[in-house]
Amino acid sequence: MNNIMAIARRELANYFATPVAYVFIVIFLALTGVFTFYLGGFYERGQADLQPFFLYHPWLYLFLIPALSMRLWSEERKAGTIELLMTLPISTWQAVLGKFLAAWAFTTIALFLTFPIWITVNYLGDPDNPVILAGYLGSLLMAGAFLAVGAAISSLTRNQVIAFVITVVLCFGFILSGFPLVLDFFRGWLPHGVVMSIAYLSFWTHFDSITKGVIDLRDVIFFGSFIACWLFANVILVEMKKAD
Amino acid sequence: MDPMIEVRNLVKRFGAFTAVNDVSFAVRSGEVLGFLGPNGAGKSTTMKMITGFLTPSAGSVKVSGHDVEASPIAAKQAIGYLAEGAPAYPDMTPVEFLIFVARVRGYSGNELMQKVDAAIDRANLRSVAHKNIDTLSKGFKRRVGIAQAILHDPPVLIMDEPTDGLDPNQKHEMRLLISEMAKNKAIIVSTHILEEVNALCTRAIIIAQGKLLFDGTPADLEQRSAYHNAVTLTVSGGASTDTIADALRKVTNVARVEVSAGADGRMHVVAFPESGASVIGDISQLVRAQKWELDEISVETGRLDEVFRAITSGTSESGREVLT
Ligand SMILES: Nc1ncnc2c1ncn2[C@@H]1O[C@H](COP(=O)(O)OP(=O)(O)OP(=O)(O)O)[C@@H](O)[C@H]1O
Ligand SMILES: [Mg+2]
Repeated sequence: MNNIMAIARRELANYFATPVAYVFIVIFLALTGVFTFYLGGFYERGQADLQPFFLYHPWLYLFLIPALSMRLWSEERKAGTIELLMTLPISTWQAVLGKFLAAWAFTTIALFLTFPIWITVNYLGDPDNPVILAGYLGSLLMAGAFLAVGAAISSLTRNQVIAFVITVVLCFGFILSGFPLVLDFFRGWLPHGVVMSIAYLSFWTHFDSITKGVIDLRDVIFFGSFIACWLFANVILVEMKKAD
Repeated sequence: MDPMIEVRNLVKRFGAFTAVNDVSFAVRSGEVLGFLGPNGAGKSTTMKMITGFLTPSAGSVKVSGHDVEASPIAAKQAIGYLAEGAPAYPDMTPVEFLIFVARVRGYSGNELMQKVDAAIDRANLRSVAHKNIDTLSKGFKRRVGIAQAILHDPPVLIMDEPTDGLDPNQKHEMRLLISEMAKNKAIIVSTHILEEVNALCTRAIIIAQGKLLFDGTPADLEQRSAYHNAVTLTVSGGASTDTIADALRKVTNVARVEVSAGADGRMHVVAFPESGASVIGDISQLVRAQKWELDEISVETGRLDEVFRAITSGTSESGREVLT
């Protein structure tokens, strides 16, 4: 446990030791603002809720989260510090978990800094705050899912750009696979069960219901097990690729 | 006493290429093992398997009684490891880095700060303790790696080229530090500096093309040299070198005599003894009897570079082709 925390602390401090953290947070906040107020028609809707705010999170995460996750393992491999890390008395899963938790904690911080939007909506009207809380929770779970994919991909290559691109493409797939248009396309030639599985694997399907204020245990379980699976893949990939 | 490091029939293959080929040796506490071999011999690869970074293709490693594959955590706790190139996180300062390593090694509070402090002192890092590691010079980076390796006072210390990139003073300090720690540790040091073997090591092994070619004391190594017990006469004038060479050839147990010109224009006549024999007694009697005027007469203990070349010769260039 202490090992995991030591790794998470170093990793989190590392985000702030470089401009990455500040650039990320500023862009994240600026884009949430643009999406919510401009594209989402926050004022025009005349409703006191954060639907337009959460609606764009998958798209925001699609490009921002891979930028956070791409360095997690690529950088270690490129700098050779992975040899240091993996010869310290820790197991691979502890290192994987520590790094993932650091990146997740960082997105939590970024997400937390959007609280002025929440204050605004409470100032302007009388929103359903539990629904908003559910939205935040859902957003955080989805961020975790993006990160878990990104961390695993990052252990595949020493090149951060490659890690970024592959992660974006994969995550794009996990968002799109819930869209009716895409599912209709598959319906033409795939059995019903397979199409349902594709829809089930989509972030979109599970995120959508959470932002509407419905915390279904099944959605939470989906994100939890999705993250667990990708972290497991991450452990295996690190073991396989660490010395290449 | 059981050996602290036990390497048995270790093999590492990368695809069809065999980097380490059936290497076995053991190191006890109190020993400093010098690990020699040409570039690409498999030294670093062997060390990576001992420290649990690489999984062996065959064979086993035991450190402090723990099998590295079966109980890696226990083994890694007993090891301090300076990897090749001394990797460290560039965005951290040495203090931050050492605190991180100490935390992962399970220290906290006062004890942690004491360990970090002691490591900084031992590696002479005080002056750069709060600079970013990526701005440090090569030698200081190496010392950060060393501080990290000795932080927990491990019973087993594995260092891949610890003196590479250090200035002569720091090299000397490093050797002192290693000798000082050697009393209660089992240490493996790889190096390309052969004098280091004499200065530092109680034992040396040589590998080339992944094969173990020599395992013995530095003295054993010197004895393998044709120069072991060879006598060199340095002549500046007077007696002609030919006369001297002819006379020396007749001395009992002299196998062969070589004449060469030194860089300073003086002539050197070297008498090589039959293996194991000593000829200095007879030769010095001869010198006195003949009243040759000599600048210098010396006996060599052996030339390590020559032994090294002889043992590993023909393996360094054509290595890959021969094996694959
Ligand atoms: N991950 C790898 N994949 C393929 N080949 C490798 C890998 N790591 C090492 N090798 C090869 O194994 C051989 C031994 O390498 P190693 O680094 O152990 O040599 P070394 O004795 O430490 O050499 P040096 O003195 O140059 O440090 C080399 O031919 C190297 O190219
Ligand atoms: Mg090496």
